[in-house]
Amino acid sequence: MKGIITVLGKDKVGIIAKVCTYLAEHNLNILDISQTIVQDYFNMMMIVDISAPTGSFEDIVEDLKQVGEEIGVEIKLQHEDIFNIMHRI
Amino acid sequence: MSLVEVQETNKMIREMNLDVRTITMGISLMDCAHPDMATFNRNVYDKITRSAEKLVKTGEDLERQFGVPIVNKRISVTPISIAAGAVKTDSYVPVAEALDRAAKEVGVNFIGGFSALVQKGCTTGDRILIDSIPEALAVTERVCASVNVGSSRNGINMDAVKLMGDIIIQTAERTKDRDSIGCAKLVVFCNAVEDNPFMAGAFHGVGERECVINVGVSGPGVIKRALEEVRGQDFETLCETIKRTAFKVTRVGQLVAQEASKRMGVPFGIIDLSLAPTPLIGDSIAEIFQVMGLEEAGAPGTTAALAILNDNVKKGGVMASSYVGGLSGAFIPVSEDHGMIQAVQRGALTLEKLEAMTCVCSVGLDMIAIPGSTSKETIAGIIADEAAIGMVNNKTTAVRLIPVIGKEVGEMVEFGGLLGYAPVMAVNPFSCAGFVNRGGRIPAPIHSFKN
Repeated sequence: MKGIITVLGKDKVGIIAKVCTYLAEHNLNILDISQTIVQDYFNMMMIVDISAPTGSFEDIVEDLKQVGEEIGVEIKLQHEDIFNIMHRI
Repeated sequence: MSLVEVQETNKMIREMNLDVRTITMGISLMDCAHPDMATFNRNVYDKITRSAEKLVKTGEDLERQFGVPIVNKRISVTPISIAAGAVKTDSYVPVAEALDRAAKEVGVNFIGGFSALVQKGCTTGDRILIDSIPEALAVTERVCASVNVGSSRNGINMDAVKLMGDIIIQTAERTKDRDSIGCAKLVVFCNAVEDNPFMAGAFHGVGERECVINVGVSGPGVIKRALEEVRGQDFETLCETIKRTAFKVTRVGQLVAQEASKRMGVPFGIIDLSLAPTPLIGDSIAEIFQVMGLEEAGAPGTTAALAILNDNVKKGGVMASSYVGGLSGAFIPVSEDHGMIQAVQRGALTLEKLEAMTCVCSVGLDMIAIPGSTSKETIAGIIADEAAIGMVNNKTTAVRLIPVIGKEVGEMVEFGGLLGYAPVMAVNPFSCAGFVNRGGRIPAPIHSFKN
């Protein structure tokens, strides 16, 4: 099972570090990262393995949202199915 | 998976109001029958609270898992006139109260099915139900009622049409301290469908199974934004854009429906491919018309624009789900659509134009505030017109009119929340009393005779 993390907000030092630390602590392995910075805006997508996290998926969604609020960016974790079903027949 | 796709999905959710409008659990109450009212009500309450125990929680979990809002969680039940047929009583108001309690217990915002199907004639239970509607809607908060008065197969029960004119006025009177809000929870149908997940007309038909999950998708905002990209281009491009977007929107509904059904162990019923607007700016069918090139909803061309929209939403949606049902298409309620309200205020949209639009929309005259002084015969006449459109054209039509007691044309009415607000619209002042008072049944049209 895979989850997609998206991070959106004004670029600054330490965004990736914060997110990655949280993921490591909760046993979520990062499978892929891509990011762009357009006019100071940081835009990142991560594909993570969510098959054996510590804690429920719902809790991790909430936690990541909190992490985002602390550093002033929007962090969202969603199950991959929503993207697959919309864009693949 | 690409960053572009992920961004597109999330942009649709964040900026274009993409959501799943409702997960509606249909529950059969056939096995609750009992001659004693208290026992029947207990059976109903127990069955609903047991079946829907996990409904709201599951909806909220899915919302978090996929990051897409699921706006409403609702319940529809077997039409009470059938389910309560065995109860020895002269009023079904206590049943409505039991439904209301059950809805509050499981946390759903509406429960539909205080309904009767009388297209060919009334049983004793049907008559008791219809007579109970005004009080039932006044004393409950979440119960929705509907009455099917006609069908392409059976014609139109004009006795019921006439009666509903009176019932609507009585319902308005009973809730006049709250801008006659009772009428916002009452729909009169022709060709009602049994698997519709949208209130106020949802009920769990007798051809349905024990318990089922139906999902209504929405997203006028998403379609509008997609059309902004192809402004001024030809009709083929216009149609293609609607189809592609409707496909994506419906896929989200399909995903949520399948997951919800799996998690609750309840079979998946249908996806209703609908564009149901909300009073939010940017989530409006009327704004889609404007992007299509009309100055306001109601301008010449509106009926054609609506026909294009409806047809292409269905074409895109059917590819996305194998089980499509409900009312499918674009809803055109007035009070729930910010652009429609504006069109009425600017004088672009009249009741007559709305009636013409209902020939090609998914349902009918919906959430329209009219003067409280409108006669019951006039309301019955409007219902008859709308039912005739449905009967002759083999489509579902409905009327949800709100005669606002104490208010006249041009005044504003506020219903709050999803029900929105609306200006009171003018009704043709000439009488139809001699016509609707004839009574009896309008025979089915010739093309109904197929077998």
